[in-house]
Parts: sequence; C-alpha cells; structure tokens
Amino acid sequence: MTRASKTLQTYLLAAPQTLVMLLFLVFPIVMILIVSFWEFTGFSMEPGFTLDNYRAIFSSNVALRTFLNTFKYVALVWAATLLIGYLVAYFLAFYVDDKRLQIGLFLLCTIPFWTSNIIRMISWVPLLGREGLVNSLLLNLGLIQQPLEWLLFSDFAVVLGMVHLYNFFMIAPIFNSLMRIDRNLITAAEDMGASGWQTFKEVILPLSAPGIAIGSIFIVTIVMGEFVTVRLMGGGQAASVGKLIQTQIGSIQYPLAAANAVILLLVTLVLVLAILRVVNIRNEL
Amino acid sequence: MTHLSRRKLLKTGLAAGAGFAVTRCASSSTAPSGTPNNPAPGPQVNTNQIKDVNLRLIGTGVSQINEIRNKAQEDLGFKMEMRALSTEENNQIAITQPGQYDIFDGEYFSLPLVVPSGNLRPIEITRITDYDKIVPFFTEGSFDGMPVEQSQGTAPYRVMYVDGPDSKEFSSTPTDYATLIPFQYNADTLGYRPDLVGREIESWAELFNPEFRGKTSILDIPQIGIMDAAMVAEAAGLMTFGDKGNMTRAEIDQITEILKEQKRNGQFRAFWKTFDESVNLMSSGEVVLQSMWSPAVTAVQSRDIECIYAPLTEGYRGWGGGIGLSQNLSGIELDAAYEYINWMLEGWVGAFLGRQGYYSAAPENAKKYMSQAEWEYWYEGQPASEDMVDPFGTTLAAQGSVRDGGSFEERFGNIVCWNSTMEENTYLVQKWNEFIAS
Repeated sequence: MTRASKTLQTYLLAAPQTLVMLLFLVFPIVMILIVSFWEFTGFSMEPGFTLDNYRAIFSSNVALRTFLNTFKYVALVWAATLLIGYLVAYFLAFYVDDKRLQIGLFLLCTIPFWTSNIIRMISWVPLLGREGLVNSLLLNLGLIQQPLEWLLFSDFAVVLGMVHLYNFFMIAPIFNSLMRIDRNLITAAEDMGASGWQTFKEVILPLSAPGIAIGSIFIVTIVMGEFVTVRLMGGGQAASVGKLIQTQIGSIQYPLAAANAVILLLVTLVLVLAILRVVNIRNEL
Repeated sequence: MTHLSRRKLLKTGLAAGAGFAVTRCASSSTAPSGTPNNPAPGPQVNTNQIKDVNLRLIGTGVSQINEIRNKAQEDLGFKMEMRALSTEENNQIAITQPGQYDIFDGEYFSLPLVVPSGNLRPIEITRITDYDKIVPFFTEGSFDGMPVEQSQGTAPYRVMYVDGPDSKEFSSTPTDYATLIPFQYNADTLGYRPDLVGREIESWAELFNPEFRGKTSILDIPQIGIMDAAMVAEAAGLMTFGDKGNMTRAEIDQITEILKEQKRNGQFRAFWKTFDESVNLMSSGEVVLQSMWSPAVTAVQSRDIECIYAPLTEGYRGWGGGIGLSQNLSGIELDAAYEYINWMLEGWVGAFLGRQGYYSAAPENAKKYMSQAEWEYWYEGQPASEDMVDPFGTTLAAQGSVRDGGSFEERFGNIVCWNSTMEENTYLVQKWNEFIAS
C-alpha cells in the first residue's frame, strides 16, 4: 500500500515537468521535423513529403559557410568565456573569504542582464564607434593615426558582445564546482609538497571539470542559435545559422527554415554529446 | 488553428535548437507581443451594438499610432486594438494566424504572399465612399503621364484587384473587388549627412562610390534592399535589368555578385533592419550615406543633425500601404470595418500622416484638415511660410525651408520602382543570405 502510494507520488511529482516538456519541447520539435519535409511553392507551403529543403541546404555552400562561421563564433566565444569565467570563478572561490562579499560579487556578474538588449547594443556605438571613446583615446595617445574600423560591426564586435553577455553562464557552474572542492584536499596537496601549479593541475582542475563542461554546454547551445547579437554587433554583415533561419522565417519560407532548424538541432546535440563524452558531469548532480 | 500552432512551434523549436530556456533571454525583444484577449462576439442585429464592436488591427508602426486610434474611436463609436509590428511579423501573422486580426494594415508588396493564403476578404468597392478620390495611380495605374506610370515592381495597381468576391487571383484590370484600400505611401530614396559628405548627392550610384568606402549602408530586408541595390547598380552602369521588379535568376546572380564584391571591398559599414537602427547609424556618423525611410530622416533632423533625403536623377523607390479586411469579419463587425476604411480616407488621417511627410491616398480630402502653410510645404513643394510641426510637437522644418525633392507630383511622379515580391522570391532570399554570409 505504502509502496504503491509512494510510486504514485513519484509519478505525480514528475508529471508537471513531463507535461511541460512534452507540450512545449517535444511536440514543437516534432512539428518542425514534419514541416521541414513539407513542400514550399515559393509563396506558400503545402503539406507533403519532399527532401528538397534538405537537398537545397546540403547542395549550397552558403549553408556550409554559415555553419562554419557559426562554429568560429562558438570556438572564439567558448575560449574567451572559459578563460575569463575560470579566472573570475577562481578568484571568487579562493580569494574572497567573506561569504556575503562573495555572493555580492557573484551577483555583480549578472549586471549585463539588467538592461535590455537594444539599449545595450546602442551603447556600444559611442564606445566602439568611429568617433567612440576607445578610438578617441587611442588617437589621443598617438597609438593610432586612423580610427580603428574593426572595433564595431565586425567579427570582433560579435564575439565581444557575446562574451560580455554570456560569460555568466560559464562563471556560475565553474564557481559552483570550485566551491564544492573539499579545502582539505588542497591543504593535503600542499602538505605533500605540491607547487601551486601542481595543485591546480592535479587537484583543482579535474575537480572543476564538470563545471567547465556544464558551462561549455551552455555557451555552445546559446551561441549556436544566436542571431540578435550577431545582427546588431555584426552590423548585419555577419552570418550565423540563427540569422539565416530568421531571414527565411521573415520571408515566410517556413519549410526551409524548419529544415535548417533540424540540422542546427542535430549539430548542437552532437556537440553537447561530445562534451559529455569528455567529462562526466554526474559528479556535479 | 493549425496555422497558429505552426508558427508558435517554429519559434519554440528554434529555441530548443539553440539549447534551452536560458538561451532565449537574447531574443525576447524580437518575439511578438502577447495576443489580445478578445472573445469573438456572436451574431448581432441591433445597430446600437456597434459600440460593443472591438476591431483588432495589425500593422507596421507607421500608422499604428494611439492618436489615430483614439480619434477613430471617438468618431466612429466602436473600439479598436492596434498591434504595431515589423513588416516581417506583420506578414507572418497575416498569413499564419488569421484568427488574430480583423483588419490588416500592410504594404502592397506583401500581397503576393498574403493574398494566396485566402485570409483577406476582397473589399467591395461600391461600399467605399471616396474611392473615386483616390490618386488614380492606385486604381488604374495612371498619373498624368509621369515616369511612375512605367515604374517596375509590385506597384499597387498591379495587386489592387482580385477577380471576384472569393478570389485569390489578382486581376490586371479593375474589378469591383479590391485587396487593400490605400491610405499612405511615399517615395523613398537615399539619405545623407551633408556635413560629412561635403557635397550634393544626385545619383544612386554614389552609394558604391569608393569615396564613401566603409561609410554606407543598405537595408537588410531582401525584398526592399534588392531594389535599392538594383537602383545603384543600374545608375552606376554596372548592369542592366529587363525588369527590376521581377528579376530573372541570372539577374539576381549578377546583382548578388556585385553586392558581394562591394562588401569585400569594405563599401558597407553595416546593414540595418529596423527604423531605429538606421537613425542610430546616421546620427552617430558611422554611416554618411544610406538607404533610408522618410521618418528616419526627420528623426535624425530632430536631433539637430543635418540630414538630406536626396532627390536623385534616376528617381525614387516607392512603397504603399493600405487597409485590408480579414475573412473573420461578418455582420456588424464587417460594417464597422468598412466604416473604418471610409474614415481612413475621409481626410483626418491623411492630414495627420501628411504632417509627418507621408502622402494620403485621397489628397484633396487631407487638404481639408491641413493648414494652407502645411499643404504648400508638404504637397506643393513651396517654402514653409511657418515652422512645420509634426502631430507630436516636434518641429520638422523651419520657416523658409523647402521639402527635399519638392512637390507631390515631382516626388511621386518620379517613382521608378516599388518594393517587390518577385516570382523568384525564394531564390532571391537564398542569394541574399549568400550575400550576407559572404
């Protein structure tokens, strides 16, 4: 009796989340999959089954180039957020002893989310623009003779914008895993004569690997689908898969957009699986 | 209903593709706003009940203005809800969510996409009081023999009529059934900063002039951007078109190659997609010469920055917007919608939009509501005899200044192409993406 009710209780507890997932994640994806096989007549779509949408994607080097460009952003953003995120998390975890200060500083990292996307993007112009603060500073210092054009509306700007926005997704999980490391392990390593670098390499880094993996999954999945930052910081001149899909949706080419979305989803899943193969994140859960 | 979920699901699915809920914080600003909670009223017979009618409008920000809604509610006695959307969202909702609107305020170039969906109800022209006062270019394609009569692309009169009350096919000759009733339109061209350019811009070709390398911009909306690009390429003698408004694949290939080459050479500083982006690019000086919409020019000017909406020798790119009816409408709501259309042509709205530089479909009606000075400045191209103030209190032109491009006839009559949805639309979008990705 108690056993049966316990089982029932488990199911009931899991039910809301399962329903939400089915309704708003699984069902939509299935719909996209179906639409991606529909026919597109140029002006409207017809239910049917055709591989034309996929054929169009795989036979065009635009899709390939766009995916490669997106990978480039993923790699650059991942590397930059990992470096910055790890340093910040390390500092917070090991150099700030006061718990309250620690939490306060951690919350500071969320500042980029306090303003709307549009406002944030507009404010990059006075900073990085041709007559912006950075350029006028460099000009006044005599370091450059001509304003640097690549500061804004370039790949550099896209990566900068995304690192600025998404760094927190790297900081949070790494900070979390660093905080869970038993401090006695570090003391033990020091007692056994390990240098600071050795302690880091042999103890801290392996123990924080799950945090890195989770952060990496966040970054990879976010950047793979990015289109707002790409458009605004790239000045519309930079390509990403998300932006490609957005343009197609904007022109009501749903089946093509759906096919691209399916491929994007598969590629992203492969990347996530690859990360999971490298690091066992179960320790973290 | 299936349409509704299709779009929603696609959006959600993209989110899923990109990862999980956390990833969407970046895109929330572009998501459509919540749908109006608006129960459909049942059949009604009592005419007094017109005050219970609540019409739902979708349209672009140009005319989805609270002042217009309030005045309409006051004059007509029923309620309206307006949703301001981007051109793209407007089309998407018109096509995929017919249950979400009663009145469609859209552009003529959207019609080759929207009309085949069957979501628009052909308008009975006999019910439009001032139909004969509409500028004849819209109704029959004529305009005093001016160049606009030969204009290319999705010119309004080409998609003005359908064959019958249930038809989804355009009619090339006038019928009794209209797709949209026009109420506003304009002649678009390049805008520039005279202080940074230092001389007069007189040709579309200047957009590709190496003198402005890294300081120009065009729109990143394929159906509009391609027309600007075509005007430039033609003016610069880089290529010719059989019909700019309906390019062949070979022509699309060629123009894309030209655009790619310009991009490689660093001709463009950025591309813009929304009105405010173009204003920011221009007022910050990042861009000195670009394709622009007329209110964007006035927005730059209102920041005390000089900006000229250049009259160019090759002519203008035109656009036109109008009101269409949803298939949902019936009974008293349909009557109310017709009243609204008639009200839009009656003159008050024409004058309201005229003070911002747009033209009214029935200018003589708008004239009734404009002052002599306003009419002379906006329509006749004469020097302003007093400061020109828009409906929101901003001074758009100082006393003595003349409208860029001059009179209505000079500007409208010299439209040579329109925003266009071509037969090769799919191919165009594909090549446009290629250009962006290059």
